[in-house]
Amino acid sequence: MTAPLIEMRGIERTYVMGDNLVRALRGVDLVIEKGSSIAIMGASGSGKSTMMNIMGCLDQPTRGSYLLNGKDVARLSRSELADVRGRMIGFVFQSFNLLSRTSALENCEMPLMYQGISGRERHKRALDALHRVGLEGREHHHTNQLSGGQQQRVAIARALVGSAPIIMADEPTGNLDTATSYEVMAILQGLVDTGITVVLVTHEPDIAAYARRVITLRDGLIVDDKQQEPVRAHERVEAAS
Amino acid sequence: MNIFTTLKLAFRALWRNKVRSVLTMLGIIFGIGTVIAMISSGQGAREAVADVFRAMGTNLLIITSGSQSTGGAAGGAGSRYSLTWNDLAAIENGEVPTVRWVTPVLSSRVQVAAEDANWNTQVMGVKPPYFLIKSWGVKAGTLFDDDAAANGPKIAVIGQTVATQLYGGSNPLGQPIRISGQPYEVVGVLETKGQSAMGQDQDDIVVIPLKTYLQKLDKGVGKYISRGQLYVSVASEDEITHAEAQITALLRERHNLQATDDDDFRIRNLAEFALSQQKSTERISTLLAIVAAMSLIVGGIGVMNIMLVSVIERTREIGIRMAVGAKPYDVMTQFLVESLVLAAVGGVLGLGFGAVLAKYMASYYGWKLFFPATTAMIAFAVAGGVGVVFGLYPAIRASRLDPITALRYET
Repeated sequence: MTAPLIEMRGIERTYVMGDNLVRALRGVDLVIEKGSSIAIMGASGSGKSTMMNIMGCLDQPTRGSYLLNGKDVARLSRSELADVRGRMIGFVFQSFNLLSRTSALENCEMPLMYQGISGRERHKRALDALHRVGLEGREHHHTNQLSGGQQQRVAIARALVGSAPIIMADEPTGNLDTATSYEVMAILQGLVDTGITVVLVTHEPDIAAYARRVITLRDGLIVDDKQQEPVRAHERVEAAS
Repeated sequence: MNIFTTLKLAFRALWRNKVRSVLTMLGIIFGIGTVIAMISSGQGAREAVADVFRAMGTNLLIITSGSQSTGGAAGGAGSRYSLTWNDLAAIENGEVPTVRWVTPVLSSRVQVAAEDANWNTQVMGVKPPYFLIKSWGVKAGTLFDDDAAANGPKIAVIGQTVATQLYGGSNPLGQPIRISGQPYEVVGVLETKGQSAMGQDQDDIVVIPLKTYLQKLDKGVGKYISRGQLYVSVASEDEITHAEAQITALLRERHNLQATDDDDFRIRNLAEFALSQQKSTERISTLLAIVAAMSLIVGGIGVMNIMLVSVIERTREIGIRMAVGAKPYDVMTQFLVESLVLAAVGGVLGLGFGAVLAKYMASYYGWKLFFPATTAMIAFAVAGGVGVVFGLYPAIRASRLDPITALRYET
């Protein structure tokens, strides 16, 4: 058997905030296999954002080891970390975080620019990714001309375009209405079916219900880790329409 | 990320804030423009001054007799005759090797007349090297050479002012001219020289052969060169001081002066005067260039200011780019290229502005226009340098942003 995709051991993260020492994570062990769908739950202050930042290589643990695809990424330089993010992880944020006044296509091409991929190839792959999330005909729209759901699809396309094995979605439906959030979740579930690991970070049990595995954090520790049969989002899409 | 993509991004980012970019560029445009105009016109002014002194004579030393004091009142230079025709012959015969040309210059103000006009002017008796020393040619007719001047012919070469005063619009060549009552023939009209460094009209002149002058306007040849000077042209600029010393030594020896005696002649070094003029011109143009450079620095600070604002405004964009894999280096390059483009475009426009300014100043002051390619290239490089230097700090700040904080940044 190959090494797990994500293997975290004894992860601790402490911040200095003024005179206080904040212990956001206090020793977390977590193993995630390739192709899983997992939700990280917890109230605000539970450490789930810190968890996502470390898992997404935006931040580094104060203590502990983090093997990503068998490679230790806990002590990399900022530059190396950026490289790992570009190749391994796609982000989907609650507030979309697209570049404004820039077309959907260019938003999708952006991650590839930093991997040194040629313009022609970038264009082709970005188009593919946009088509995968059902945005045919919207490629050249500026992001501020798109609806919330469409913007989130652009963000998913951007996360997909680099063929990253992991997509981290931080409250991906937080700014969307119910019907649109079903559509977005259906797309994310579809990605899991193609072998991509999707990590949902949410405080809503409704959203966590779409994942096969749910982890609950409280005060910087994992307090619950359970498997479940996920709700199928596309059924809800059909029911709603 | 390759350079073309980076450039494209930079142009687009600047294009988005057109007004701001243009205003920032103005600082660079004015900075580069004034630097170029100042360098160019400084060179023009220097050349103009050099031209004036070149007109006075090439590497010129003027030797006059010394002063005589009678009863405690000094008579002034030339009041005592001490320079002899034999002194001249000694210099002419090459006893001072650094001397190239020498001529006596005798002059007096006399009345000159044509058929129906007359004029009071400076008449000079010289030997032919005079024209070489002054690098003065004719615009019509001929100068006189040694052969032509040998027997003291009654011929005259006249300046433009005299030609205009006596003959108006008609051709003076071959026309009779009366100098102090004696009839002469005009054989040449000198090129126009305009005003001297002292403001005299250099074209108000009549030049006749020395021998003729001595016979007709002076008292004939005695021992001393009375009421006259020697113009000496030194072979090269570097040897002027040396030549001055050599001539001094030669004349002192010829005049049998003891070591304790003062010189009984004076040598004026016009090159020295020219040099000091040139230096003061240079000092002023350097000062102006420094002021211009200051305005360029101010322009650069404008670039830095705008780039810092831009980094803050685009904090979120920086966060997004970092999240999708931009390395700190990529972010730094992006902002650095932006300020470089800003400065370089400003530099090119400033180059044009400077050229126009330099051209205007040159025509206004009557200078030659100097606009060497090297200046343009240096200006362009300086503009680029300003972009990098003043863009570096904002770019580094951008690259040091923490992606998590940057992503949460609310504008």
